[in-house]
Amino acid sequence: MPWSAEELAILGLSLRVAAWATLVSVLVAVPVALLLARRRFWGWSLLNAIVHMPLVLPPVVTGYLLLYLFGRRGPIGAWLADTLGLVFAFRWTGAALAAAVMGFPLVVRAIRLGIEQVDHRLEDTAATLGAGPLRVLLTVTVPLALPGIIAGMILGFAKALGEFGATITFVSNIPGETQTMALAIYTYTQAPGGDAGALRLVALSVAVSLLALLASEALARRAAPERP
Amino acid sequence: MLQVRVTHRVGALALDLDLTAGAGLTAVIGPSGAGKTTLLRLIAGLVRPGHGRIASDEVVFVDTARGLWVPPHRRGVGYVTQDARLFPHFSVRNNLRYAHWCAGGAPGGAEDWDEIVHLLDLRSLLTRSHTGLSGGEVQRVALGRALLGRPRLLLLDEPLAAVDIGRRTEIIPYLDRLREQRRLPMLYVTHAPAEIAGRADRIIRLQDGRVVASDGAGRLAEGRSGEI
Repeated sequence: MPWSAEELAILGLSLRVAAWATLVSVLVAVPVALLLARRRFWGWSLLNAIVHMPLVLPPVVTGYLLLYLFGRRGPIGAWLADTLGLVFAFRWTGAALAAAVMGFPLVVRAIRLGIEQVDHRLEDTAATLGAGPLRVLLTVTVPLALPGIIAGMILGFAKALGEFGATITFVSNIPGETQTMALAIYTYTQAPGGDAGALRLVALSVAVSLLALLASEALARRAAPERP
Repeated sequence: MLQVRVTHRVGALALDLDLTAGAGLTAVIGPSGAGKTTLLRLIAGLVRPGHGRIASDEVVFVDTARGLWVPPHRRGVGYVTQDARLFPHFSVRNNLRYAHWCAGGAPGGAEDWDEIVHLLDLRSLLTRSHTGLSGGEVQRVALGRALLGRPRLLLLDEPLAAVDIGRRTEIIPYLDRLREQRRLPMLYVTHAPAEIAGRADRIIRLQDGRVVASDGAGRLAEGRSGEI
């Protein structure tokens, strides 16, 4: 094994953070993307702008806002800790939240494009066959938007793996808890004589990213419905 | 008995329709832009009329004066269009099953399946993907799918327009069988009245959003200008 157990643990933490970030992000992104793709309502532009905020704000700002809202004394953080026992501050869960928020605009965009590709007339047809709105959504809209949903998940996962600024601001850089690959590499580069360690993790990152890209490509090809 | 009395505006076209259609095949003819497709979409519930009332026998689909609106999936109106709109993510069998499933707990479901598969000669197509079907086969599947939704009324919007001229004669016998064997009121929109020469029980001619003629089948001869 070219990498030490410690290095692999850092990779494991990164993958766990990225996986949870992707899952949470997609679950929220699908309804938001549906709303943006299919409805025009008062406040549409505002919602769209809020969704895109993490893309344009400096990551440090997003991280600081998360700390303010989801910290132990933050209005949302305190409530979640008291009622659900869910703590984000300085925990890996916080790293996952930061990564989810930072990737959210990319995930929503990809899913929204996927939904906009779905032929509205197929949904009408399902309705005339007797399918109610929820059934149409689950059996026609979502399956046909699947390539977009998968693309969104891949983008979200990639963004989460590389997230740095919001994470370090929100949950700091705690080895074994919030120190993901990106943070560990940064730590090495800040210490004298850390170049070798940094390079080893960089090589690991490159290997993982390459594998993930190849796997996602294969997955997307499989999930895409045949088109005439 | 289907009763339609609506006023509705789509783009430059102002519809002002007052018509009834009983059992058997009612042909709806008229030039492009006369409002034929909009009429069907109004009946199916895919468009809300500006004002008016649409009812089938005792069931009121929409009545703007009383604020009454039944969504398309609760109307039991089958709708077959020229582009057929088979679900691309389903095989032929699953396209048919989908309608069967949506029609749900309706009695006589299983006999219905066998009867319709037999009526339209669909057995050999069941395992096919929709991509390998000819235009005529696609329309047969779309017809079967609409029937499996157990409609009280069937709307056909130029069902032969996308079928090669030479192949149309392969579909017409199925429409004849359908008309003879199933007591289903049908509205058949067409540009080419010859398609349904001698088959229509009633003809409604639309022009500029109004009914300009409505007669029994005797006078179809005037529509012979269209070719099959």
